[in-house]
Amino acid sequence: MAAKTLTIDGKQVSADESVTILDAATDAGIKIPTLCHLDGVYDVGACRLCLVEVAGISKLLPACTTKVSEGMDIKTDSERLRKYRRMTLELLFAERNHVCAVCVDNGHCELQALAYSQGMDHVRYDYCFPKWEVDNTHTLFGMDHNRCILCTRCVRVCWHIEGAGTKNVSGRGGKARIITDLNQPWGTADTCTKCGKCVMACPTGALFNKGSTVGEMERDRTKLEFIVTAREKKQWIAD
Amino acid sequence: MVIDDLVAIAEKERAAQKKHVIRCCMAAGCMSSDSKGVKEALDKAVKEAGLEDQVEVRGVGCMKLCCQGPLVQVDSAAEGATVEVNILGQGPLYQKVTPEDAASLIATLKGGKTNVQMGDPKDPFFTEQFSIVLANSGIVNPERIESYIAADGYQALHDVLREMTPKEVLDTILKSGLRGRGGAGYPTGLKWATVAKTASPQKYVICNADEGDPGAFMDRSVLESDPHSVLEGMAIAAYAVGATQGFVYVRAEYPLAISRLQTAIKQAKQHGLLGSGIFESPFNFNIDLRIGAGAFVCGEETALMSSVEGKRGTPRPRPPFPAESGLWGSPTLINNVETLANVAPIIRKGAEWFAGIGTEKSKGTKVFALAGKITNTGLIEVPMGTTLRKIVETMGGGAPDGGKIKAVQTGGPSGGCIPAEALDTPVDYDSLTKLGSIMGSGGMIVMDETTRMVDVARFFMEFCMDESCGKCIPCRAGTVQMHNLLTKILGRKATIRDLKKLEELCDMVKSTSLCGLGQTAPNPVLSTLRFFRNEYTELLQEDLYAGPNGNGNGTKEALSPMI
Ligand SMILES: Cc1cc2nc3c(=O)[nH]c(=O)nc-3n(C[C@H](O)[C@H](O)[C@H](O)COP(=O)(O)O)c2cc1C
Ligand code: SF4
Ligand code: SF4
Ligand code: FES
Repeated sequence: MAAKTLTIDGKQVSADESVTILDAATDAGIKIPTLCHLDGVYDVGACRLCLVEVAGISKLLPACTTKVSEGMDIKTDSERLRKYRRMTLELLFAERNHVCAVCVDNGHCELQALAYSQGMDHVRYDYCFPKWEVDNTHTLFGMDHNRCILCTRCVRVCWHIEGAGTKNVSGRGGKARIITDLNQPWGTADTCTKCGKCVMACPTGALFNKGSTVGEMERDRTKLEFIVTAREKKQWIAD
Repeated sequence: MVIDDLVAIAEKERAAQKKHVIRCCMAAGCMSSDSKGVKEALDKAVKEAGLEDQVEVRGVGCMKLCCQGPLVQVDSAAEGATVEVNILGQGPLYQKVTPEDAASLIATLKGGKTNVQMGDPKDPFFTEQFSIVLANSGIVNPERIESYIAADGYQALHDVLREMTPKEVLDTILKSGLRGRGGAGYPTGLKWATVAKTASPQKYVICNADEGDPGAFMDRSVLESDPHSVLEGMAIAAYAVGATQGFVYVRAEYPLAISRLQTAIKQAKQHGLLGSGIFESPFNFNIDLRIGAGAFVCGEETALMSSVEGKRGTPRPRPPFPAESGLWGSPTLINNVETLANVAPIIRKGAEWFAGIGTEKSKGTKVFALAGKITNTGLIEVPMGTTLRKIVETMGGGAPDGGKIKAVQTGGPSGGCIPAEALDTPVDYDSLTKLGSIMGSGGMIVMDETTRMVDVARFFMEFCMDESCGKCIPCRAGTVQMHNLLTKILGRKATIRDLKKLEELCDMVKSTSLCGLGQTAPNPVLSTLRFFRNEYTELLQEDLYAGPNGNGNGTKEALSPMI
């Protein structure tokens, strides 16, 4: 375990060599916007919101998957980064049908919160208005593909925390979608243990508890974190 | 297998060589116009003429001038032969041969005449070629290992295993200056050295035969024409880096390449050239095939490895690079087909020989698949540094019917369009990059005056949009919006503001996408904007909101007639 010293937004930080830029920044109280990152599961570097500038490297690097190294000089905020983050969010809003006013997640949504914090006040791209269905076949949960941003948090918790392997991605590009088991209605997916971790993990209104109406869908991530840390610390193995 | 066995096979094969060899192309291009029927008819005609002991009809790989197939070349070693031979001892090249032509072709061996269209073997298309990778293509029978061995095949593998240390092999490749032919041009020796340096007991070698660029067919031809050269290259690489298992990742759309590879692997195993204790050395190496479902993104190395592992083929952030952590977390060397096909010749002829070909920073040759508005469609292999003009005008014969070449597209969907004014650019990694294009894997699409550049840009954007894996937002959603904007421009519904939006998106998608697909998807737009901007602006509508000064003071009155 070797410690590295680096600079984030002008602030001197020291961090263990095994941690990511995102971890180091969070520890130092610097907030980097993220969307696909979820504490407790491995990172995939997919949403590109956490990109940061590192002095001497021409490419932007994802904070969530880049390990810290000695002497790194990192900028988490700049005109360019802000512009790209806004554009990323605009692209998401134009891609599917995110109508916050009638969404179960209104007021608790991470996408919505990011749009506020990044100052994305309008979308300059043509809305695609794709036709996506809502899967209401499960007894406890529902999935509205119109709200999905393909962050794959649900897939990752399903495989790597619950170990059920129900959720997956099928198709590619704009046609990619989250599926359950062999691309069948969620209610018929045998592998689903009804644990609800995917619902807890989802940043938007795509996954919800049945019966929630507009703005009611609040998520308790602490439960998810508890499970992960408890497993890491082997808290449920009796001495 | 020891060296004496190898030499014996080669000698036996050479001794069995008949007086006349009729080479008939059995690669996918010619086979699609019935060269199989031609070969059968030739076999039958030989039998009927009672010439079986004098004539071999040999199914061979690509003879390069694909647009004139099926191609048949009649070589004759016979004294007093009535056919004319070129410097390489090769006889006339017959084109567009049909099964009905067989009898008359055989008759030429006895002084008969034929009306079959004959190519000029002295055409610059052939004489300007410099063959390393394609040296055996169209010469050896790709389905017989003996044929490859007779052409010095597996000699390099023997020398490496018995006479060189892995370090010496690495140094040779490093000194040769070979750079990756899969697109990025990374120095092959450095990549090998990185894998060799790792301490892992399990390492892999992968041959990337995904070849997804539209218009590119070099790798397919190499695999169909000379699969053993790639296997030999892989085995040498494995020895140098310390790997014991190899994979060839080839797309399912290449059934002939797959079948030739399967045959080649089987034969190599039977001859003890793959497997355990190769050439009675302690070196073990096996090669398996993995068939991809034909997604462009699976050519990207991390997506490819994920696909080999049986997972969804999506890229992951690098580092870690495959050389450190690749297949199942083990160090993995991944090289392109053409890169690997260069390896055995380098070992046989030496690093200095190879480094003497090409330019200062781009050594050796490059194979290009010439396609589009060009007279001679087919495969060419030229030394690095050959000018584009020589390739498309001298060798390619220019645009058909006297048309004028407008641009040359290299690098497929990740590359760019080079305008006719820049045709004197030498083809090497750095010059093409300077022009906003890339060497790419070797697709070269020629466009004439009838091509609209915005159309071209939209074509490639549509390709990237369809082929985006969907993992990261800039590429998945950005390509959709860039495609929308290009469609809008082509439909004459866009304004200068849309063009600005397009340029802004190009910059954003390039800078923020996860993998090379998204990072290079804007290139066709950027390069056509750079050289053919007027073709975009000609299509733009007046921005009514912008007002007379373009300052956003558009009036209601100005808007009303349009809405
Ligand atoms: C979208 C994408 C597609 C690619 N397709 C191919 C391909 O079809 N064949 C190939 O050899 N390399 C392809 N590459 C490059 C590979 O990732 C890798 O760099 C290459 O196989 C390395 O081999 P080399 O060093 O011999 O060039 C692709 C890269 C990207 C980003
Ligand atoms: S359903 Fe939710 S968690 Fe799953 S990919 Fe979509 S947005 Fe992410
Ligand atoms: S750039 Fe495109 S192909 Fe590459 S990871 Fe992102 S979405 Fe997938
Ligand atoms: S949080 Fe890092 S890429 Fe999404």
